[in-house]
Amino acid sequence: MVRFVSLILFLVVWWLASLFVGPQMLPGPEKVLAVVVAQARTGELFFQIGVTLARVFVAFALAMVAGTALGFIMGRRKLADSLGDPWLIVLLNLPALVIIVLAFIWGGLTEVAGVLAVAINKLPNTIVTVREGARALDPRLDEMAKVFGLAPWKTLRHVILPQLAPYIAAAARSGLSLVWKIVLIVELLGRPNGVGFEIGTAFQLFDVTRILAYALAFVVVILAIETVVVQPIERRASRWRTKAA
Amino acid sequence: MLHDIAFALERGEVAAFVGPSGCGKTTMLRIIAGLDEDFEGEVQRRNSGALGMVFQEPRLLPWRTVEQNVRLVAPELTDETLASLLSELELDAHRKHFPGELSLGLARRVSLARALAVKPDLLLLDEPFVSLDQALAARLRNQLSGLMRTRALTTLLVSHDLEEVARLADRVFLLSPRPARIIVAIPLTTPRDARSDREIVTMTAEVAKQIAEFAPPLIP
Repeated sequence: MVRFVSLILFLVVWWLASLFVGPQMLPGPEKVLAVVVAQARTGELFFQIGVTLARVFVAFALAMVAGTALGFIMGRRKLADSLGDPWLIVLLNLPALVIIVLAFIWGGLTEVAGVLAVAINKLPNTIVTVREGARALDPRLDEMAKVFGLAPWKTLRHVILPQLAPYIAAAARSGLSLVWKIVLIVELLGRPNGVGFEIGTAFQLFDVTRILAYALAFVVVILAIETVVVQPIERRASRWRTKAA
Repeated sequence: MLHDIAFALERGEVAAFVGPSGCGKTTMLRIIAGLDEDFEGEVQRRNSGALGMVFQEPRLLPWRTVEQNVRLVAPELTDETLASLLSELELDAHRKHFPGELSLGLARRVSLARALAVKPDLLLLDEPFVSLDQALAARLRNQLSGLMRTRALTTLLVSHDLEEVARLADRVFLLSPRPARIIVAIPLTTPRDARSDREIVTMTAEVAKQIAEFAPPLIP
């Protein structure tokens, strides 16, 4: 209820602000919505969002899988941590724009270069989060697995991954929003389609309505994914916690 | 930490280790379990079958149910064996519970069920009933002694509780303070099942006396 009121308040503030600065600078919510509907009718909206989503998911999956594996190894092995840490610091402090521009220069204006650039941007953040999780693993459960001779993959699945799950979930949460923002920059700089490309075109025409229409539509999609996919998975993974006596 | 420890167990024998706190009893169990590799010496097991261990804390996976915890270490466990094991330990009602929903006594029993589910050639018990109230510890002890009887388990028990030792063990090893060595081995000759309560009292006193004799300052 409070959330709903807050949302209405946001729309009212937006509408008042648009009256104040004029529709050229900030079109009101009703105008933006009209463009969303028009773009949806032609199918353009769905195509561009679909293209962007595909890039988001590939880059996200790459960063999560590689980041989880690397973070786990760095959290468990002192040597790997010492070896990897300087690289990690470099990556963490390299601006997204630098990685993207270099990827396009070295890899050409290709899909692979673009998606890889996004994945590399997200990678260090996943590594750092999962490394924390791997450092916090309970050695007593490890010993239990060893005494009972559990196969390595069973230990991974039943003993280690459940302990890492909250960290992986945290990385995924922040990852999804970070990745889609970076995908937009990649599309702006070097792809011929996607939401970022559309916003770039609208920027050249100073078409604020269209910029907001695409941004808004995409935020709604990400919110839906968060609610329909991410939250149920989290609930399921933590169901053993909630019932504690 | 340990020094000159040498002993051999018969098949089906229950050996108890008693010694002052911090003398290295747990370390010895860890060495036998293969968890501690920083030692000089040799651990031999006749047939390298399964090892069952009950740690001081239950060490169950909090994100798996009681049944899943037991099945995880013993995948070939049949439904019948599992059912009878759980009912012997009075855990039927808790099959679907997560460890966080269990009391310490129940969690200890699950930990025991898990160790027995692997049909161990060697069972290691590290103060399995410590920090439970007397009555509950006694009940669990009875259950355990019943289970050990039917299965003829070769068992290594570390305990502070002399009565527990007198009830469960065939032989008692007294350990000295650090570096621990075996001071004396006391055979308890009456078969475990045939011990009356009076005999248990006598045996407890006997073990206590031996302890007092060999290591006077350690008795509280």
